[in-house]
Amino acid sequence: MAMSNNARARILPGFGPTLGLTLAWLGFVVLIPVASLLLKGLAIGPAEFWSAVSGPRAVASYRVTLSSALAAATVNGVAGLLVAWMLVRWPFPGRRIVDALIDLPFALPAAVGGIALTAVFGPNGWIGSLAYPLGLRTAYSRIGLLLAMTFVGLPYVVRSVQPVLEDLDPEIEEAAFALGATRWQSFAHAVLPILTPALLSGFALALARGIGEYGAVIFISGNLPLETEVTSLVVTIKLDQYDYAGAAAVAIVMLAVALLLLLAVNLLQGRSRAYQAA
Amino acid sequence: MISKHRLVRAWSRTTPLVLATVLLAGPSAPAAAASEQKLLNASYDVSREFYKDLNASLIADWKAKNGTAIEIEQSHNGSSKQARAVIDGLEADVVTLNQVNDIGQLVKAGLVAPDWQKKFPYDASAYKSVTAFIVRKGNPKNIRDWQDLVRDDVKIALVNPKTGGNGRYTFLAAYGWALNEYGGDEAKAKEFVKKLYANVPVLDTGGRAATTTFAQRGIGDVLVTFEAEVYLVRQEFGADGYEVVVPSRTILADFPFAIIEPVVDKHGTRTLAEAYLRYIVSDEGQEIAAKNFYRPNSKAVAEKYAAQFAKVDLIDVQQLFGGWSKAQQTFFDDGGVFDQIYTLAK
Amino acid sequence: MTAARLLLTFVGLAWLALILLLPLLAIFAQALAKGWGAYIAAVTSSEALDAIRLTLLSALIAVPANLVFGLAAAWAITKFEFRGRTLLLALIDLPFSVSPVIGGLVFVLLYGAHGWLGPWLAAHDVQIIFAKPGIVLATIFVTLPFVVRELVPLMQVQTTAREEAAFSLGASGWQIFRHVTLPNVRWALLYGLILCTARAMGEFGAASVVAGSIRGRTVTLPLHVEIVFNEYDAVAAFACATLLTITALVTLVLKTVLDARERRTAHVELASGQLITAATPAGSRA
Repeated sequence: MAMSNNARARILPGFGPTLGLTLAWLGFVVLIPVASLLLKGLAIGPAEFWSAVSGPRAVASYRVTLSSALAAATVNGVAGLLVAWMLVRWPFPGRRIVDALIDLPFALPAAVGGIALTAVFGPNGWIGSLAYPLGLRTAYSRIGLLLAMTFVGLPYVVRSVQPVLEDLDPEIEEAAFALGATRWQSFAHAVLPILTPALLSGFALALARGIGEYGAVIFISGNLPLETEVTSLVVTIKLDQYDYAGAAAVAIVMLAVALLLLLAVNLLQGRSRAYQAA
Repeated sequence: MISKHRLVRAWSRTTPLVLATVLLAGPSAPAAAASEQKLLNASYDVSREFYKDLNASLIADWKAKNGTAIEIEQSHNGSSKQARAVIDGLEADVVTLNQVNDIGQLVKAGLVAPDWQKKFPYDASAYKSVTAFIVRKGNPKNIRDWQDLVRDDVKIALVNPKTGGNGRYTFLAAYGWALNEYGGDEAKAKEFVKKLYANVPVLDTGGRAATTTFAQRGIGDVLVTFEAEVYLVRQEFGADGYEVVVPSRTILADFPFAIIEPVVDKHGTRTLAEAYLRYIVSDEGQEIAAKNFYRPNSKAVAEKYAAQFAKVDLIDVQQLFGGWSKAQQTFFDDGGVFDQIYTLAK
Repeated sequence: MTAARLLLTFVGLAWLALILLLPLLAIFAQALAKGWGAYIAAVTSSEALDAIRLTLLSALIAVPANLVFGLAAAWAITKFEFRGRTLLLALIDLPFSVSPVIGGLVFVLLYGAHGWLGPWLAAHDVQIIFAKPGIVLATIFVTLPFVVRELVPLMQVQTTAREEAAFSLGASGWQIFRHVTLPNVRWALLYGLILCTARAMGEFGAASVVAGSIRGRTVTLPLHVEIVFNEYDAVAAFACATLLTITALVTLVLKTVLDARERRTAHVELASGQLITAATPAGSRA
């Protein structure tokens, strides 16, 4: 594997310019601005940094944000795979319309998404008015938070899996099926491994988007301290107290978590590709 | 595997390209520096309707007196967010905010003269308002005063004191009322606000969001907000749906303004900026304020509109809490009283 | 079997209806609550038009910039193996995971009056924050990962055998990319561009931090939606929101039309027995 890659590196041209452009642009748009945040947050010294990031509200917000984002990404992983499969393999009337709709959460400003969700799931909304009498608080609660994060993360899994699935020959499953495997076995053993990198990538992006989401969340979560207050809001609150350094410190924690998550998933992806190649 | 110098070469080859792209995207031309005819007013969130009326009136007035046209641009956002934007370089000629503390931050940053309150009538305050209640038609929960808000059967819509000036006024009004009620017992006052905030199902980040939650989503039996907002809600969402209740004792909200010194010097807009702020406190400006349900500072105008505003006992922030910056520290900064009522509950 | 498929399709559609269709309908219902007259008035007000212009401008700069970046990054990442590749991918993803609040904050800390470059910029009378360049920068930041993210998973499962063959036949890097790689990834690329455009136009959080919300000057369409919503004009707010939705839907319909045409061509070739396997679609055609 490694050898063939080295061979590849020698064979194809364009490595220098493309990597250079990537690094330069990434540096200008992401790395230098993010470095200014690191400098700001770390300038206050470890003791103050620690007290800024370990306050009870900050810690509670990490728990709330991370658990909700994980749940939302899991929902999106399952539902997104199903939807991508439907769109690619099971033609049904109105498929193209559904396909077009998937990207809606991207196009909508997050705040509009939040307001629209609240209009549907709020106590006097279309769904809320049915759910509330059953004791299901679909807005201003953890459920509302979960709904908002699921909404903004929905396109990521579908759009990551869909192109790979479209490229995948249905004959692979057919062959496995013909060899006596059940539909589920042929899916699990022949198709799922190929989809895994894309699926993981979509899951990670949905997770990351959920962790960072602000606009959609503040309208529907209720923002109660310790219960439904997300970390983005904690950052905003610190800014409103003119505490730039404290805000930067909490932001650094968010950045670090996100970066670790993304690194882990990218490593996993690399491993699953190696497995496939073997 | 690639060698280090290959990386460096890649950088050096492509960085000029990136810079060229950036230059193409281009920094915008610096704001028209010499023009005296344009003013930017950075204001708090819910003052839009007032400044729409006021600007139109001033522009006409200026044209009649000086024969020249002027343009007034508006930027609206949370009061603290606006002060922060100005500190970070938003070139507003004047700020019109809803918290003295926010102007204090601008003084600290050297953008506003330390004696700003002495430069204009009424301590450089545009108008006043008080924190009041709005309840649903017929006041079904019979909410009359602050003590009704801690009843088990009452749910409240209000603004997060962490994110909105409106919310800070509400908190201090409730706390001040309780302090007075319990003869200055701080522990009891804390207990009171703790119970009150336990009745709040949604902490909205701004005044307008809280109103929407109450009026459109049907959350809560009572909305606590500025009296001026209360009248606006009746206008926008129908007067017969809601009633106003002014509690026995409440807080006087102040709406201070100031000139941003380096900006007016740079733009050469000092004369216009001063004329603008003076117009707010002129009788014409005060009349527009009263029509927008703000309590005017001008005695003459206040008398004319006296019937519109209920008389209430007022809490003095200076006397009771030692001024705004101290109140901010004690109650709203991290670990302050507002944090305690949530963290101690657990 | 068919029963399972029907059931799953139903579940999938019901889920989409709940989480996507209902909010979408809610937006249109609110936008048209006062009839078409109010709708038209809201989207043609001078402030709405200013906001539309600014939004289009920032998307017009951000999308091509990220297209070039995305192609270069995907090429470097998938065609070569080098140390730090995983870190690079994670860094490219970073703008996704960063809260938009932070996305705006980093630029304020860098270019703001008290930022690291603030004094220098002020001395040269260059305004980035609270002006159009700030909005463009924030937009580029937020949309940076889209093209890369669409290309990388696809290019990873494709082998480089064809590119290597072309190279051994004397093709230049650009020719290989243009005639071998691009045809294989063009649909993923198009997806990426569409998402990038849609996201660029819909960006709210980061833009609201760096824009300063000066009406008629630094208000983008999403910020305009928030402003009118805060003026209790829900009809106008949702009317402007539908513009963003409709733009997205139109681009997506265009995409599906193109897609259908592509498939027809593919079928013709399939019929004449020229197409290889679906795993490397379209081959070196075009």
